[in-house]
Amino acid sequence: MAEHKKLPEGGVIEKGGTAHGYSTGGWRKLRPVVDLGKCTNCMICWVMCPDSAVIVQDGKMVGFDLEHCKGCGICAVECPDKVKAIKMNEEAD
Amino acid sequence: MATIKELAKKDELLSGGHRLCAGCGIPPIVRIILRSANGPVVASSATGCLEVGTTIYPYTAWRIPWIHSAFENSAATISGVETAYRALKKRGRIPADKDIKFVAFGGDGGTYDIGLQSLSGALERRHNFLYVCYDNGAYMNTGIQRSSATPLFSNTTTSQAGEVIQGKQEWRKDLTRIVVAHNVPFAAQCSPHNWADLSKKAEKALAVKGPTFLNVMSPCPLGWYTKSEDSIKLAKLSVDTCYWPLYEVENGVMKVTYKPKEKKPLAEWLKPQGRFKHLFKPENANLLSAFQARVDSEWQRLIDLDGKQVY
Repeated sequence: MAEHKKLPEGGVIEKGGTAHGYSTGGWRKLRPVVDLGKCTNCMICWVMCPDSAVIVQDGKMVGFDLEHCKGCGICAVECPDKVKAIKMNEEAD
Repeated sequence: MATIKELAKKDELLSGGHRLCAGCGIPPIVRIILRSANGPVVASSATGCLEVGTTIYPYTAWRIPWIHSAFENSAATISGVETAYRALKKRGRIPADKDIKFVAFGGDGGTYDIGLQSLSGALERRHNFLYVCYDNGAYMNTGIQRSSATPLFSNTTTSQAGEVIQGKQEWRKDLTRIVVAHNVPFAAQCSPHNWADLSKKAEKALAVKGPTFLNVMSPCPLGWYTKSEDSIKLAKLSVDTCYWPLYEVENGVMKVTYKPKEKKPLAEWLKPQGRFKHLFKPENANLLSAFQARVDSEWQRLIDLDGKQVY
C-alpha cells in the first residue's frame, strides 16, 4: 500500500509529545551557557523558556536541552539582576 | 497556589521541538496554565500560531488530548468535547468523579474576530471550560494583518504607517469586558512575565464550575519587530505602563490585581517595538500623547471600578 494511505484515520497523532523527537536546536545562533555556581535555582528561566529547554532535576536547574533551545535569550535576560548566571555565547565560537 | 518549585515538579505537558518562533510568548503561557490545572486537561486550539506551530504533522508537542478543527470554533469544539466527556461519564465509560479540565486556546484573531460568535455561544451555554486568548495584537501567523485586538497606531501589513495613515486608526476591542458581560463566574487579564498571577488566575478559573476566561498578553518578536530575548521584558512593560492592566472579575466583582508603584510612560513600551517606530517622528508627537491620554483614561476607568460589582 502506498505510504500516504497508511496514515491513521482522521490524521490522528496517536502518541503525545512526539515533537520532542524533532530538533529545533539548529535554529540557534546564540547558545545559552549557565554558571551553576552562581545559579540560585529560582526557576525563572525555566518558567519563561518558550521551548521547554531548561532542564530541572530534583528542584535544581542543571542545564539546557540544546536539541530544542532556539537561542532566543529570554533566560539570560530574565535571570535576576543580582544573579546573572546565564550568558549567551556565539554558537560559532 | 503552587510555588514555582512545585510547578517545576509537575510533568511537562508541552514538549520542546514545536516550531513556534524563538522568543515567542505563547509557550510560557500554555506551560504555566497547563501546570496550574490540578487534574487532567483536554485542550482545543483555534487555527493560529499555537495550533500550526505545535502540531506540524506527524508531530505534536502536546502531551494531553488535544483537538483542532477550524479557525472560528475553538470554543464550539471544546463545548462538544466537554459534552462528550459528560455523556461518557453518564454511561459509566469514565468514572463519574473524575475531574477533567477543559481548556480552549485561541489567538486574538481566532478569538476577538473570527471565533467571537462561537466563544459567545459557549459562554452562554455555560459549558464547563476555560478559554485562553493569547493576545499578540495581530494575525501574526498569516503575516501580521491587523485584528480587532491590534493596538492603536500599530503598523501592520494591512494598516501600514505611511504618508496617508499612521498605523491602525481605531482603538482595540475590549474583549475581556465583552466576556464579563456574559456574566461568567471568572474572567481575567494576565501576562506571562507575572507567572504567579497567571498561575493563580488559571488555577482559580479551572476550579470554578462554568465558563471562565483568561486574556493573556503574548509578546511576538516577529510582528512587534522586537528582539527575541526582550519578549518577557516587553510583557512586563505593557503592564507597568498600564496598557495591559492585570485584573480579574470574579462573580461580577472587579479586582485590579496589580497596580504599578510607578506608572511608566507608555513610550517605554512602544519605543522598543518596530511596529510603533513612526510614533517617534517629531511630527507624530500629538499621536503619541493622544495614545497616552487614552491609556490613562482606560486605566482610570478601571481603578474607579476596583472592588465594585461591575456585572
